[in-house]
Amino acid sequence: MPDTSVSTPPAPLLQLEGLTRRFKGRIAVDGLSLSVRQGEILGLLGPNGAGKSTTFQVLAGLLAPDAGEVRFAGKVLALSDPSLRRQMGIIFQRSSLDDLLTARENLMLGARLYGLGGERARERVEAMLALIGLQDRGDEKVGIWSGGMRRRLELARALVHQPRVVLMDEPTQGLDEAAFRTFWAHLKRLRDSEGVTVLLTTHRADEAEVCDRLAVLDAGKLVACDTPAALASRMGGDILSLEAAEPEALAREVRERLGLDAKVVEGRVQVEATEGHALVPRLVEAFPAGRLTSVSLRRPTLADVFLQLTGRALGADKPAAEPAPRRRR
Amino acid sequence: MNAEVSAAPPPVEAPQPLEARVPAPVAPGSLALQWATVRVLLVRDVVRFFRQPSRVVGALAQPILFWFVIGSGFAGSFRVEGAQGLGYQQFFFPGVVTMVLLFSAIFATITVIEDRREGFLQAVLAGPGSRLAVVLGKALGSSAIALMQASLFLLLAPLAGVSAATLDLPLLLTVMVLSALALTGMGMSLAWWVRSSAGYHAVMSIVLLPMWVLSGAMFPLKGAGSWLAWVMRVNPMRFSVEGVRRALYGVEASAAVGPASVAGLEVPVLLAFATVFVGLAAFSVSRRE
Repeated sequence: MPDTSVSTPPAPLLQLEGLTRRFKGRIAVDGLSLSVRQGEILGLLGPNGAGKSTTFQVLAGLLAPDAGEVRFAGKVLALSDPSLRRQMGIIFQRSSLDDLLTARENLMLGARLYGLGGERARERVEAMLALIGLQDRGDEKVGIWSGGMRRRLELARALVHQPRVVLMDEPTQGLDEAAFRTFWAHLKRLRDSEGVTVLLTTHRADEAEVCDRLAVLDAGKLVACDTPAALASRMGGDILSLEAAEPEALAREVRERLGLDAKVVEGRVQVEATEGHALVPRLVEAFPAGRLTSVSLRRPTLADVFLQLTGRALGADKPAAEPAPRRRR
Repeated sequence: MNAEVSAAPPPVEAPQPLEARVPAPVAPGSLALQWATVRVLLVRDVVRFFRQPSRVVGALAQPILFWFVIGSGFAGSFRVEGAQGLGYQQFFFPGVVTMVLLFSAIFATITVIEDRREGFLQAVLAGPGSRLAVVLGKALGSSAIALMQASLFLLLAPLAGVSAATLDLPLLLTVMVLSALALTGMGMSLAWWVRSSAGYHAVMSIVLLPMWVLSGAMFPLKGAGSWLAWVMRVNPMRFSVEGVRRALYGVEASAAVGPASVAGLEVPVLLAFATVFVGLAAFSVSRRE
C-alpha cells in the first residue's frame, strides 16, 4: 500500500479516513483513506464501478457514508455540515445548469445559493465570466451552448463563491479533444488564481496524465496513489502491441513459442518488455507473413499502468467520446 | 452559435492573499443562508415560467377551456339541490380554481424528479442550504406560479356570478396559498419516493386526480353514496374547494351544496395539512440515502 499520509508541506486540506459505502450488500467504496493536499489537482482514476462516483457523491453530500470520517483543514466535519458544504464547489457528471437562464443568471444563482449577495455577487460573476473567456456571451441562454462552453460555465459556477475545494465527477466526459484542452487550461489557471484544491474522478488516461497526483481505485479500494510520472515509471519496459485476426490464439503462441508474458487487451496482443526494440525482429520472424497485421512499440501509458495494477482495462466498457447530454428544459 | 470561443484563457492577475478570498461573512447554517436557498429556487421557478410562452398560454387557456366545456356540458343535467341561483357553472368555478393549484403542484413535482438526478437541483442539494430550505423554496416557487395562474383565471369571476358583496378576498388568498403549499408538499413527498416521472404519472392518476374529483369540485357531497361521502369528508382538497367557494359566493351559497359545512374550518385545517405535508416532504428529502 503506498504512503498516503502526508506530514510534509503542502499540508492535506481534505482527508478521508476509512470511507465506506454499501449498496444493498454490495460494497462500492471500501475503507478508502486519502489525503488531498492544499492546492493540488488529485484525480480518482478507475473504470466504471471502481467506486469513484460513489466517493464523489458522498463528498458532495448527496449520499451518506456507512463508515469513515472526513477531515477538512484538520477538523472532523460531517459531510452535511453547512460550514463544509460552503467550502466546496461541485461539478456533476450531468449538467446542472438551468438551460432557460442566461450564463450570468446561472452564475448569479450559484453565488446567491452560497450566501453571496449584492455588489459582491455581481463582481464575482463578472470576474468568473472573464476568467473563462465568455464575458461577451454572458446574456445568452445556456441551452444553446456547446458542451465545452457549458462545462466551462459550470467550472465558473463551482468557483463563484470562492470555495477551497472543487469536486468534479468526470468533468470532461463527452467533450472533444479541443474542448478538453480548453477546459483543462482554464481549470489550471483558475486553480492558480483562486488557490483552490481540486478533486476529480476520471476514467480517461489523457485526463489522468494532466493531474498532479492520482489515486487509483479498483473495486472500491485504493491500489496506488502517486504522481502520473511516478506511476508510469513503475512499468520499467516498453509495450509491444500486436494486431492479428485471432488475438487469443496469437497470444497463446507467443507465450508458448517465445516464452513471453503476452495478454490480450482490447483486441490486441500486448507484451511488456525491457528491451522492446530487440523483440520486434524476433516476433516478426517468428510468424509467417500476413499473420500479424501490425506491430507497434511504445512507452507505457497510464492505461497500461492501470491494467498492471488491477488486471482490468481502463474505460474498456465505455466509448471514448459520447455526445454530451444536452436537453432543453 | 456552438463554436468554441477563445481557446486560450485570458491572463490572470496576481493571486490575492488567502484572507481576501475567504467567502462573505455569512455564518454557516444561519437563517440568511437558508433564505438564500429558498429565494434562489423561488426566483428560478418564476423566471422559468415566464421564459416558456407555451406554459403561460396553457396556464391561462386550460382552466378557461375546462370551465366552459365541462361546465356547460353538465349545466343542463345538473341541478344543485337547495342552491337557488347557483347553476353548475357557478358551482364548478371554485373547483377549477383548485384544479389550477393542483396542476401547478403536479408540474412542479415532476420537475423535481427530473431535476434531482441531472439538473439544477443537484447543485442546490449539494449546497449549504438545508433540505427544509430546498423543500420550502420549491413549494413557494410552485405556489407563486399557482397563485399567478389562479389569479388570472379569477378575473373571470364576474362571469361566474361572483359579486363584490360576497367576495372575501383575504380568505380567498389565504386558502389558495395554504392549498398550494399543501399540494406541493404532498406532491414532493410522493415524488421523492417514486423517483421516476413515469411512476409519478401513475401516482397522479391514482391519487391526485381522484382527490380532486372527490373534493366537491365536480359534484357536491350531498349526492354521493355513503362510503364515497366519507372519502369526500376527509379529503384535504375538500377544504380547499369549500374555502374558495365560501370566499367567492358567501357562506349561504356554499352551505347549500353540502351537509356538514366546514365553514370557518378551512383555514385551520389547510394550515395543518400544509404544515404536515411540507414537513413530510422535508423529512423525505432530508434523508440522505
